[in-house]
Amino acid sequence: MNEELYDDYILDHYECPYHKGHLACPTCAHSEKNPLCGDQIRIELKLNDTGHVEEAFFNGKGCAISQAAASILCQHVEGKTVDELHRFQAPDMLRLLKVPLTATRQRCGLLGFKVLKAMMYSLDASPTPPAQQPTANDESIVATSG
Amino acid sequence: MSTPLETPSRPFDVHDVRRDFPILARPLPNGATLVYLDNGATSQKPLLVLDKLREVEATYNANVHRGIHQLGDRVTVELEAAREKIQRFVNAAESAEIIFTSGTTMSINLVAFAWGRKFLKPGDEILINEMEHHANIVPWQQTAKATGAKLRYIPLTADGRLDASHFDRLITTKTKLVAVTAMSNVLGTLNPIRELAARAHQVGAVILVDGAQSVPHLPTDVRDPAIDFLAFSGHKLYGPTGVGVLYGRRELLEAMDPFLCGGNMINEVHLESSTWADLPSKFEAGTLPIAEAIGLGAAIDYVQSLGFAAIHAQESKLLEKALRLLPQTPGVTIYGPSFEHRGSIVSFTVEKVHPHDLADLFDQKGVAIRAGHHCTMPLHDWLDVSATARVSFAFYNTEAEVDALIDAIHYARHKFRLE
Ligand SMILES: Cc1ncc(COP(=O)(O)O)c(C=O)c1O
Repeated sequence: MNEELYDDYILDHYECPYHKGHLACPTCAHSEKNPLCGDQIRIELKLNDTGHVEEAFFNGKGCAISQAAASILCQHVEGKTVDELHRFQAPDMLRLLKVPLTATRQRCGLLGFKVLKAMMYSLDASPTPPAQQPTANDESIVATSG
Repeated sequence: MSTPLETPSRPFDVHDVRRDFPILARPLPNGATLVYLDNGATSQKPLLVLDKLREVEATYNANVHRGIHQLGDRVTVELEAAREKIQRFVNAAESAEIIFTSGTTMSINLVAFAWGRKFLKPGDEILINEMEHHANIVPWQQTAKATGAKLRYIPLTADGRLDASHFDRLITTKTKLVAVTAMSNVLGTLNPIRELAARAHQVGAVILVDGAQSVPHLPTDVRDPAIDFLAFSGHKLYGPTGVGVLYGRRELLEAMDPFLCGGNMINEVHLESSTWADLPSKFEAGTLPIAEAIGLGAAIDYVQSLGFAAIHAQESKLLEKALRLLPQTPGVTIYGPSFEHRGSIVSFTVEKVHPHDLADLFDQKGVAIRAGHHCTMPLHDWLDVSATARVSFAFYNTEAEVDALIDAIHYARHKFRLE
């Protein structure tokens, strides 16, 4: 049993998240919700001309693990190239969290990662996608996810 | 629902009763002592049930109603004896009105398909409410779509009860079905089944009661107040998973067409058409969960050996203590009605600690609860929270376990640097 799950690193990110909010003009954005627990994460990226992530923001609602992981993810991806994001895999994400997660809690810890990966696929599909603006629906999910 | 005659065969002593449930004494993998407060999700099984399951599988396993051999005879007698126990347990008029299903979900779906799709017409109304489990909402949504009937919702009061001031307006001659839980699996709310049954019958409607949470904790009598359909699950009644019950009034069951079709449910099969077996086989297509159904009979024997008076007394003590201590615990908000209107379930949140984090931290201390929306998304929307933490008591829980729950909340708050 993992007594150290809620260590200061996770709790610091949960209480004072890095870049929680919205970008004015995201290059790409994507939201997902874990229907089992209602946790929800939206990630927005701003890419520059050289294919680097200039800024990454997240918004969401849910448990400490899902929210801290999204914050850690945003901090990690800034400055990375699209290629590097493609190579970034689930075990890398879990390593970034520094605490071992049980199978059920991995779903929480990987929610932001899943959102990022889904966004990368849609980025591949259309090289310069119009940024999906937060819709009324996304916002209402953030407010009342259940 | 009123109390059928019962004669408990032993005095109630919680520590004595706990010895009947081997899992309660087993240390958890992390070494903690189990404090099992997730009985609303599934309950634990007494030795009487575990032994019965083994007896069936090890000594007379065979298919029922089929083999002309000694094992087949024995298992059929046992299965029908279990059916009769269930009949007496809910006071049905005859054992043919007891249909074995896989659980509450299948029981409700059976009614939604075999009764709903046959008898509902455009303009008819199905009356439900937002506190229902998804199993008592989604089948009706689908039935409404398929038949053109309309779904209507009884509004809830601020404390999470059905708002009776809307009954006159909502229960009319258009109403064909009232589907309602006897006990909410989140708020613990005990709904006024007697009044709803009377009103439904006054307008010629049928009432289906979801007894998944109530049947294990309160005496059930399907003839007083008279209800038409009752659905419940074995695994919340100290019995096995995979088996449940649909009680239906004979007249209704006879008017319905089969739900699932295949072996066991036929009378004669010809190339173009078939005729149906008599009740209950008409609704028991295929091979039943045989050991599980017999095990459910043993679970009912066990419950009756304690008696609902003793069960209720113990669970009320736990509920009263939880409702007293939880609000005194910093950051805690509890949902649902006051003590008089609820069964032994309490859902709550702790400020700044998400229910999943609570459940995880509780688990470190051995305290097993449920966190999430508990298959009631509409209710959580109504509560305006995305998730809650839920404790649900059984008679084998102790007052010390309520203290362990409160200690676990302090532990979680401490871990979250809130105290
Ligand atoms: C009120 C209520 N109805 C229906 C169900 C569904 O029961 P089952 O999953 O056993 O079919 C449950 C159990 O979760 C419940 O609490």
